Amino acid sequence: MNWEAVLPLFIFIVIVFIVGIWAGKFVSRSDSFLQEYFLGGRSLGGFILAMTLVTTYGSASSFLSGPGTAYNEGLGWVLLSMTQLATGYFVLMVLGKRFAIVTRKYKAVTIVDFLKERYQSKWVVILSAASILIFLFSAMSAQWIGGARLIQSLTGISYFTALCIFSLAVLVYVVVGGFRAVAITDGIQGIIMFMGTLILLVAVISAGGGVSQIMNDLAAENPNLITPFGADGGLTPAYVSSFWVLVGVGVVALPQIAVRAMSYKNAKALHRGIIISTFVVGFIMLNMHLIGVFGRTILPGIEIGDTVMPELAQAVLPGWAAGIVLAAPMAAIMTTVNSLLLMVSSAIVKDVYLNYVRPDASDKIIRMWSMGATALIGIVVVVMSLQPPDLIIWLNLFSMGGLEAAFIWPIILGLYWKRGTRYGAIASMLTGVISYIIFETFYPQPFGMHSVVTSMLLALVAYVSGSLLSKKEMIST
Amino acid sequence: MKRKVWKDKRYKAANREALAGIGLVMFNFFWWFGFAYGLGSKSPESYHYIFGFPAWFFFSCILGFAVMMGLTVFVVKFFFKDMSLEAEGEE
Repeated sequence: MNWEAVLPLFIFIVIVFIVGIWAGKFVSRSDSFLQEYFLGGRSLGGFILAMTLVTTYGSASSFLSGPGTAYNEGLGWVLLSMTQLATGYFVLMVLGKRFAIVTRKYKAVTIVDFLKERYQSKWVVILSAASILIFLFSAMSAQWIGGARLIQSLTGISYFTALCIFSLAVLVYVVVGGFRAVAITDGIQGIIMFMGTLILLVAVISAGGGVSQIMNDLAAENPNLITPFGADGGLTPAYVSSFWVLVGVGVVALPQIAVRAMSYKNAKALHRGIIISTFVVGFIMLNMHLIGVFGRTILPGIEIGDTVMPELAQAVLPGWAAGIVLAAPMAAIMTTVNSLLLMVSSAIVKDVYLNYVRPDASDKIIRMWSMGATALIGIVVVVMSLQPPDLIIWLNLFSMGGLEAAFIWPIILGLYWKRGTRYGAIASMLTGVISYIIFETFYPQPFGMHSVVTSMLLALVAYVSGSLLSKKEMIST
Repeated sequence: MKRKVWKDKRYKAANREALAGIGLVMFNFFWWFGFAYGLGSKSPESYHYIFGFPAWFFFSCILGFAVMMGLTVFVVKFFFKDMSLEAEGEE
C-alpha cells in the first residue's frame, strides 16, 4: 500500500464527512423541513450552484472511463467529450428564470412536484416517479460499486471494507444533512476535482516532453490518433455530433440536474452560476480527456481503460500529490452518488408517500420518513453492491438516455408551451423510454447517430400530437 | 387560491434569456463542428500545428472553449436581467 498517496485520500474523505455533518444543523433549524431537506431552502449562491451542478453531472466516467477511452481513441474522443461544454450554460439558461419563478409559484420541491402541478395528473406523477426510481437507483448502484472498487484498487484493502468505508462516508452526511450538505460538500469536492485535473495535466505534459513531442509520438504510433476520427477511423461526424444531444443539451432533462435549477437564491446567483459552471465543466472535460490521450505516450500498453488515470497519477507524481489527484475521481463519484441518493429518496417520500399515502403527515413524521427512507435506500444499495444483480447493470445502460427521453419534453414544453396537456406528457414519457430501450437493444445508432436522438424526436411527436388531440384542459391562468 | 402561472411580466425577459441559451449552443455546435471536420478531414501528414496541437483541435476544442467562455460572460453581463424570482415578485 502506498501510504503517502492513501493518506491525503483519507484526510479528504474525513473532511467531506465533517463538513457534511456540520451542514446538517440547518436541517434541524429550518422551519420548513421539506424545502430544506430536499432543496436546501432555495438558498444556493452562484459558486455552490455551479459546483453542485458540475459535480453531480461529472461522474466516474469523466475521471476514469472517459480518459481511458481517450487513451485508446486519441484526440477524436476529446472532441466528443467537448460536447459536454454546453451543459455548463445551457441547463441554467434554458430552464432559467422562468423555471425558478414557476416552481416557486407551484411551491415545488422536486421535479415530480413541478410535473404534478403542471399537468394535474396522477399518471404523470406515477410514471415520472417510477422512471426516477428505476433509472436513478441503477445509476447510483453502478457509481457506488465504482467508488468501492476505486478505494480497493488504490489502497489494496478488500472490496468489502472499501465498500463499508465509502458507504459510511457518504450515507451519514446525506441522511443527516440533506440537500444543503450535498451541495456544500459538492463545492469542496468540485475544487478538488479542478485542482486534481490541473496538477495532473501539468505533470503529464512535462513527463511527455511537451505537447509537440507528445503529438509527434502519437502520430508516429498511429496517425489516426491525432485526427477527429478515432484510432480506427470509426468515429463518424454524425455519431460524434449526436453526443450534443446525449451529454450536451439533453442533460437539461436529468431530474438530478434539473432540480438544481430550482435551488438557487436569486438572479445574481444564477448569473454567477452560469459563468462558473461553464468554466469548470469545460476545464475538467477538456483537460481530463487530454490527459488520457497524453498518457498513451508516457505509459503505453495499459489494457483496462479505467486504470489509465490512477496509474498515470502514480507514475508521474510524487506520492502525496498523487493522493490529491486521486481524490478527484473519488470526489466525482461521491458527488454523483450523494445527489442520486437524495433524488431517489425524494421520489419515494415527497412524490409517492406524501402525495398518495399520507398527504396529512405531520412535520415530525415527514422528518422521520425522509431520513429513514434515505438511510434505507442507502443500505439497500450497499447490500446490492456486494453482488450486483444483472438487472441493475442492464438498467444502468439505459439510465441516462432513458431519463432524458422521458423528461425532456414534459419539462421543457410543460414550462414554455401552454397548450401541452397531460395526455401529451404521458404519451411522450412512454414513447421516449420504450423506444429508447428498443433502439438500444435491437437497432443501436439509427441514421448513424446515438439512439437517444431518434427517441427524443419520437417523444416530441408524441407530446405534440397527444396534446393537440386531447381536449383543451382547464389550465390555471 | 391559484397563482397566475402563465401570465407574468417577468416571462418576457426570461424567455429571451432562454432563447439566448439556444443561440449559444447552436453557435457552439457550428464552431466545434466547422473547425474539427473542416480542418481535421485532410490527411494527418498535412496538418498544421498551433502550440503543439493539430490546428483542427486547437481551433475547435481549445479556442472554442475560450470563445464560448467569453460569449457566455458577455451574454450574461449584458443581456441577462436582475429580477425577483419570488412567487409574489411581479412588478
